[in-house]
Amino acid sequence: MSKASGFRPQILSFIILFVVSFATYSQEIPTDEAVISSGEALFKANCTQCHQVHKKVIGPALKGVTDRLETGYLLNWIRNSQKVIQGGDEYAVALYEEYNQVAMPSYPFSDDQILSLLAYVKAESANEPVQAAQPGAAAGGEVAAAGGDSIPSGYLTAILVVLVVVLLLILVVLVLIVSVLQRYLKEKKDLVEEDKEILDQKFDLLKLLKSDAVAGVVIFFFTAILLKTLIDGAFTIGVQQGYQPTQPIAFSHELHAGQYEIDCNYCHTGVRKAKSANIPSPNICMNCHSAIQNVGGEAGVSSEIAKIYAAVDYDPNTGQYGPDKKPIEWVRIHNLPDLAYFNHSQHVEVGGLECQTCHGPIEEMEVVYQYAPLTMGWCINCHRETEVNSKGNEYYSKLIELHEEHSKEPMVVEDIGGLECAKCHY
Amino acid sequence: MIPGRNMKGTKKYWKGLEQLADNAEFKKHADKEFPEYLPIAGEDGPNRRDFLKMMGFSVAAVSLAACETPVKKAIPYVSKPASVDPSVPNYYASTYVSGSDALPVVVKTREGRPIYIDGNKLSKISGKGTSAQAQASVLSLYDKERLEGPMESGSSVSWDEIDSAIKKDLAAAGGKIAIVSNSIASPSTLSVIEKFKSVFPADHIMYDTMSLSGLTEAYEKAFGKKVLPVHEFGKAKTIVSFGADFLGTWPNHTYNNNEFAKTRRLSDTKKDMSRLYAFESNLSLTGANADYRQPIKASETGAYVASLYNAIASELGQPTVGGAKADSAILKKAAADLLASQGKAIVVCGSNDAKIQSIVVAINNLLGSYGSTIDVNKALNTRKGSDKQFEAFVKALNGGQVAGVIFINCNPVYDHPLGGQIASGLSKVKLSVSTSDRLDETASLVKYQTPDHHYLESWNDFEIVTGNYSLSQPTIKNIFNTRQVQDSLLTWSGESKSYYDIIQEYWTANIYPQASGFSSFISFWDKSLHDGFFEPAATEGDSPQANVDLSGISVSGKSDGIELVIYEKNSIGNGTQANNPWLQEMPDPITKATWDNYLTVSPKQAEEWGIKLGDMSTQKVNLTVGGTTVEVPVMPQPGQAYNTVGLALGYGRTKAGKVANNIGVNAYPFIASNGGSLAYSITSGVSVEPTGASYRIAQTQTHDTYMGRETVIQESILSEYKKDPQAGRHFPMISKANGEKVKPHAVSLWKGHEYPNHHWGLMIDLNSCTGCGSCTVACQSENNIPVVGKTEVLNRREMHWIRIDRYYSSDADEGNYAAMEKASENPEVTFQPMMCQQCNNAPCETVCPVAATTHSSEGLNQMTYNRCIGTRYCANNCPYKVRRFNWFKYHDNEQFADNTPMNNDLGKMVLNPDVTVRARGVMEKCTFCVQRIQYGKLEAKKEGRRPVDSDAVTACASACPSEALVFGDMKDPSSEISQRLKIKNSEKMVEAMEDRAYHVLEELRVMPNVWYLTKIRNKDEVKTVNGEA
Repeated sequence: MSKASGFRPQILSFIILFVVSFATYSQEIPTDEAVISSGEALFKANCTQCHQVHKKVIGPALKGVTDRLETGYLLNWIRNSQKVIQGGDEYAVALYEEYNQVAMPSYPFSDDQILSLLAYVKAESANEPVQAAQPGAAAGGEVAAAGGDSIPSGYLTAILVVLVVVLLLILVVLVLIVSVLQRYLKEKKDLVEEDKEILDQKFDLLKLLKSDAVAGVVIFFFTAILLKTLIDGAFTIGVQQGYQPTQPIAFSHELHAGQYEIDCNYCHTGVRKAKSANIPSPNICMNCHSAIQNVGGEAGVSSEIAKIYAAVDYDPNTGQYGPDKKPIEWVRIHNLPDLAYFNHSQHVEVGGLECQTCHGPIEEMEVVYQYAPLTMGWCINCHRETEVNSKGNEYYSKLIELHEEHSKEPMVVEDIGGLECAKCHY
Repeated sequence: MIPGRNMKGTKKYWKGLEQLADNAEFKKHADKEFPEYLPIAGEDGPNRRDFLKMMGFSVAAVSLAACETPVKKAIPYVSKPASVDPSVPNYYASTYVSGSDALPVVVKTREGRPIYIDGNKLSKISGKGTSAQAQASVLSLYDKERLEGPMESGSSVSWDEIDSAIKKDLAAAGGKIAIVSNSIASPSTLSVIEKFKSVFPADHIMYDTMSLSGLTEAYEKAFGKKVLPVHEFGKAKTIVSFGADFLGTWPNHTYNNNEFAKTRRLSDTKKDMSRLYAFESNLSLTGANADYRQPIKASETGAYVASLYNAIASELGQPTVGGAKADSAILKKAAADLLASQGKAIVVCGSNDAKIQSIVVAINNLLGSYGSTIDVNKALNTRKGSDKQFEAFVKALNGGQVAGVIFINCNPVYDHPLGGQIASGLSKVKLSVSTSDRLDETASLVKYQTPDHHYLESWNDFEIVTGNYSLSQPTIKNIFNTRQVQDSLLTWSGESKSYYDIIQEYWTANIYPQASGFSSFISFWDKSLHDGFFEPAATEGDSPQANVDLSGISVSGKSDGIELVIYEKNSIGNGTQANNPWLQEMPDPITKATWDNYLTVSPKQAEEWGIKLGDMSTQKVNLTVGGTTVEVPVMPQPGQAYNTVGLALGYGRTKAGKVANNIGVNAYPFIASNGGSLAYSITSGVSVEPTGASYRIAQTQTHDTYMGRETVIQESILSEYKKDPQAGRHFPMISKANGEKVKPHAVSLWKGHEYPNHHWGLMIDLNSCTGCGSCTVACQSENNIPVVGKTEVLNRREMHWIRIDRYYSSDADEGNYAAMEKASENPEVTFQPMMCQQCNNAPCETVCPVAATTHSSEGLNQMTYNRCIGTRYCANNCPYKVRRFNWFKYHDNEQFADNTPMNNDLGKMVLNPDVTVRARGVMEKCTFCVQRIQYGKLEAKKEGRRPVDSDAVTACASACPSEALVFGDMKDPSSEISQRLKIKNSEKMVEAMEDRAYHVLEELRVMPNVWYLTKIRNKDEVKTVNGEA
């Protein structure tokens, strides 16, 4: 494998350049809403891997670029940045050096497309940068999350406590009444023998506790609780829900998938075509991290990113790769037993499921943990409830027809044999 | 003195204050690493209670530790190759050439590991399927007994060291260097050898382990070309074979199987088939498939061939040959048939006697076979060896005229009758090199071992058949520190180019000019590499005129004594892959024996010798041939010619590896030399002496006549079939309570199943199946089936999911058992592949107490290993006996070390990652390759379409060279199986309207999804024509 194929040349290195001498034609940047939104789409699809408007990422921040540079120059730049650099433009070369000689690929956009792109950048430049949500803010949100139309659980508890207190008061009052009545009766001398017996009767707690009935009830409850605990315990054997091991590199999905919204498929390349989703090989990391060497704008190489460099034997100073490569030994979090066959592409590509369905809020995980129990019961439940994503797939067209002949319910996975053993075990 | 300073005043270091203070207590322990013991309060030392306490703690600690989830690592590639995705298989075209096999193949790799070999369906010469040996070759790649690097005089050295040593020796040799190899079909390799010869005085000597040099000599005489021409059995109407096992072990047998099967296939539009006559001593696969077969003594071959020639020649007014005559009704019939099908006839002979082969050429010439069924312009380049040249080499070696010898991937010390002389002659050479992959019988005697890559690690090209080129490419980086033999030769001849460059150069110069429609060589090369071959459009070359001169040829007659006929098994072949446990455990198609070779003897003779036979037990005899005696077990073999005995090659290895060593006896030393060519039948000086020692041979099917089990095998003859396509069918009827007779499926306790989506079925054409057994190995490879070893086969615990039942039969009247016994001297043979029949009313499903075997909505009988508790009720209730129980843990178990795919790290690389390796105590069986079905369905779903036939094919169907097995979806009216079986789908059941289609044991109304087509023999009448056997 030549390393070149693994490292895609980087996008949009710098648009901030001074006006050069060759003839350019000036064009008005549109301000139309529709154009801006189409520019936004274009920007998100092509540019966000390296650029943000308010922040330096791989390439420079683009805020105000349309004020600094002539439109015609930008057109040339986006279509072929290398040509501009090779033209010997002093400032362009300086910036090229500043951004680690990462070349921005050429984009064969039409004039209108580039103009819409610039329109979006211009419009966005006027907005204030959106502050990232503070981590503390999430804690306060819990009550609200539990709220909604139903009564908040705090009220329920309060009502319960009040009820218990009232009942206790009633109990005390009743006991008092009984003792008053007893004292009154004892003072009375003309009671018949039978009534006297009842009155003199002593309440023997010990005898009651030693009685067979109580012992039986206690033993029954004890055994029942013990069994229930044991069975529940047994079901958790091998279930690693919540398993959150420390990984060799403190990779944050919260940052990459959450904040930067990098598509899962970008790194987990197998998810749409294979059984395994694939843990990305370091050469995929290097697509971005050959340029991004630290976080939060700090200088030098971050210690975590240095681990990627160590794996691929990359020298960030020279930009050269050495021969001494070592794979990164990630700790596997989701461990299906060998006897169960699970295929990502069946669920993601064919079934159209979101990654979050099984992996939970991955975009919020600083450290990934196992979200779902991954038990057979969990699989089966989902197969019972999930409707088959049959739209536009000829494979299912006859099945849907057959299903609709005798059912008004949607066709779920179970209906087409999704609970059969040999679908997962072979 | 100041503390902390020694007398010289230099600095001193201390560990703590005690040391600094140098107190008495510290001094006491200072020299010891640990204090003597950790005192436990009030005790002088640990007592029993402490021991218990500590043990209790450790037990608790261990169990706590065990509760913790073991940490599993997930290690991605450092730099993922663009074409490799974990869990997505890649396929590469390659070519397998070894022994009798030569065929373009397709290699399936997972994560860069080759795991499965399939036939190259695009190639015209591959025969579509594979042979058992080609199929198993993927396991030989992961053989731990392969050499791990170059060795000199028994110690490991580096390539640089060994190269300079060999170069020095080559320069100092001062005489002829002999390059010894088997037939080389690779044009580029031959050019490399030519290069070597241009630098050093060298001779290239080719020999074949199963020589046909007598045949090639006969062709040289008649056509001026020393060739083994391609026989197009697919074009033949009448085929006569004299001991040539062209379906089992002859060169190109995979292709032959495919072609032959084409002529045997029957349909509504094709009600004609070829007729095969076989005259042979041992019952071979070809003989087993013959319509008329006559056992003859090997010494009679000449007489039979000559008589056939005379019968035809006299009819055509040509001169006849003299010598012994044979008189046989079958031979006369064969002559008449051959004459009737001139231009569509083939006569082949396995003899290595040039005289006899010349007569065979003459017969074919008279019948007009050349230019129609035999193409002399197309040679099979896998049989180029010359026995005479090799004999001369051995003589020169022992005479000290050979300065150096380089053995290229061959092992003549073991697999040549002159092996002993080579072994002794090797001490006389200055340089000896072997490129064998292991320290085999030859390699262990030479000075330098320079191990070659396995073919799956190599670049190579082949011209298996003249004008048809194919390529091999590496499917994995070399596992060991080996080097391609061609690169070694290039290095030693001082050439700096790599072999890859040489191949490309050769293809640029010689093959690219034949191609058209390519813009550049690279696009031509890429296409050829992708397809695996380049087969130029067929050009109709004029067939050269045969120059047949039979004057002076006279054949000798039958000899009286016992004759030994040496043959190859199609499992072990010439023994190159003997260390492959899949092949060792593959039942021989005829004897159904595993892990052994033995003397095949006619039952009558065994009785005469007083051999006591039991269930899989027999006795040994001393076989003496020309002064050499070996003790071998006897295998009474129906169909064996009386007074002949057969012995298979490929066994008795001593240095092949722990799997193969000391299994059976080596038959190579018995091969005789007859006028310069090797004779595989020894007609004199053979004697057999029973020793009385008992012995057990592990057979998977004991030999019985099938005695009236007409519902299992349903067969008829062609003339009957023409009259009634349902000929031979058996229609069982069952009685209802009221006495009414109905078809079995009309009465059922089961409710039946609905199949809304797919309904998988398998059709097996008994007429096409030749019984070769490659499906068995394909299944083993695909489904991670363990090898159990000889002892467990003896215990009837073999694990093969697909077996080929071999039935003997005769036309003797039923009930007349004496006649049936007699018939066992030359029975008819029927092969029936048998696997889980995937019954719609499966008896196994109803008896499973834990529902581990259940029915799917696609007609599969599912086996869930993780649910199975091993009651074995299902196996007891299976009428087909196709369920297999894991009596042992076959993986990671020293006891089953022969099961190399599961017992060492390297062997495990061959396992199919999509199939569970089963644990001890669970049941298993054929799944219809459900992993392939699921994969195929998923591919179709991803592309948003319905699956087609090629999406899901079982391993057995894919491997079958005769295309006898057809797998598909019976719900899909356009599938091949639906069309050929004329499937009619009705509520809850399918019916095959094809007249030949039947279910085995239909009366049980289990309604299998496996359909068999009746076997039709091309016989004129039911009664056999009595030969003089």
